[in-house]
Amino acid sequence: MFEATDLNRRDARTQRLVRALFLLMTVLLAAPVLLILGVLLVKGGTMLSWDFLFTEPTNGMTAGGVLPALVGTVWLVAIALLASVPVGVAAAVYLSEYAPDNVLTRVINLAIINLAGVPSIVHALFGLGAFVIFFGFGTSILAASLTLAIMTLPVVIVATREALQAVPHAFREACWNMGATRWQTIWRVVLPNAVSGILTGVILEVSRTAGETAPIMFTGAAFFLPFLPASVFDQTMAMSLHLFVIATQVPDVPEALPYGVALVLIGMVLAMNALSIGLRTWLRQKKKW
Amino acid sequence: MSDAEIAVRDLTIRYGQHVALKGASFEVRPHEIFGIIGPANSGKTSFLKVLNRMDTFTAGMHFEGQVEVGGRDVRAWRNLYALRRQIGVVFPLPVGLPLSVYDNVAFAPRLAGVRAKADLNVIVEGCLRRAALWDEVKDRLNALGSLLSGGQQQRLTIARALSQKPRILLLDEFSIAVDPVTTMRIEAVLSELKAEMTIVLVTNLVQQARRLADRTAFFLMGECVTVAPTEQFFLRDADLDPRARDYVEGRFG
Repeated sequence: MFEATDLNRRDARTQRLVRALFLLMTVLLAAPVLLILGVLLVKGGTMLSWDFLFTEPTNGMTAGGVLPALVGTVWLVAIALLASVPVGVAAAVYLSEYAPDNVLTRVINLAIINLAGVPSIVHALFGLGAFVIFFGFGTSILAASLTLAIMTLPVVIVATREALQAVPHAFREACWNMGATRWQTIWRVVLPNAVSGILTGVILEVSRTAGETAPIMFTGAAFFLPFLPASVFDQTMAMSLHLFVIATQVPDVPEALPYGVALVLIGMVLAMNALSIGLRTWLRQKKKW
Repeated sequence: MSDAEIAVRDLTIRYGQHVALKGASFEVRPHEIFGIIGPANSGKTSFLKVLNRMDTFTAGMHFEGQVEVGGRDVRAWRNLYALRRQIGVVFPLPVGLPLSVYDNVAFAPRLAGVRAKADLNVIVEGCLRRAALWDEVKDRLNALGSLLSGGQQQRLTIARALSQKPRILLLDEFSIAVDPVTTMRIEAVLSELKAEMTIVLVTNLVQQARRLADRTAFFLMGECVTVAPTEQFFLRDADLDPRARDYVEGRFG
């Protein structure tokens, strides 16, 4: 008859142990997220109101709302995306679809990896030197957004390249055999099937851009500026810097205020993520293979 | 013979140092089905790739010698896309593009500049009919081509190749992923298409070459061993290279 040997039993035991261990890790992973959200909700939840979102800070930033910072962050993220997504997608398409495997390509790939590894404070100083001073944009939304764009380019490039490479090569060959040029192939077949993967990169970029503080500190974000920006050459407040300021620089801030600001910032990011995830799910449903 | 549709002289194909085909010379005549048989790694597929210059998309692939398609050296084409649009290709594994059935067949006509919906409708229906697929998909032209069954997808790729209005149709072991019934249907289609175009049929199935091909070439390990009218391969008393005879009689390969 067939009976489990000692070896079988040991294998089964190991298998159960590994499964339980990995489950534990996964649960631990979720804990910080839930804790952060929980603490913010408990301590800052009372701050939330339409007034908080749509009024300016008052009394030396110890009261009032977050409107200028909220609007500023939206500007910064939007312009950073406008700058980095076209460049990043174009670069990724080139690297994935056109670039021959030569020294130049390898150097560029290495540069992208290194760009991802540059600390944000270094990006900040680069942005100050390049956009604020050299290009003469001054400390402005434009300079800050471009700094953020450069910082997040690697995310877009890597995500896009992976999305492109996930499209089976046979599709490309079928198109080429019909006499399609590389570009026709990319435009009609490859990109439409890579869109959901590209969006993943954009989601990551949005989250990171909205939360970054250092790169915008020197390049365009203002300490306190209770008006809405009129153009991209204005300075602006931003949620991330505003949070830093009221949490560390301003005396006599009510305890709930920074929590409220943090909650709004996280809420913004989550809302944008939810939007992109919804879009991505919708695109996936139309997915073709 | 200057009226050859495809004329190959001293064709050698290399991948880096590896020689895939050496010194092949033969001709394919207009409106014939030209079979190419032989075991794997004989250079059959590589030869097809030279015909429509897919070597430009294959790293390390080079060829020497002369290959003329319709009397013109394939290397003399400056616009390779125009060359490829005259040559339809069907792969071993069907590749339904991730587009609707309709868009799959309308892809090549659109590349060729056909825009009017009415014209496209005519082309799509005509090609699907000729590929013996129309009856099965006419009610779901908007379904994804890649969701059809394997046999249907292979007929879809044939319809797609026909939509190019090719003067030459290349088939690379098209029946590998297709059931026998579908294979027979496609074979019937090919016999009809012969009137309109020249067909090069690479196949692992000796009997398929026997059923379809007017003339057949036997490739072995990068060498074009024999080119002869297909029935010659099966005549006991024909003057045939012993390697070719061994192959068609199933003693190896």
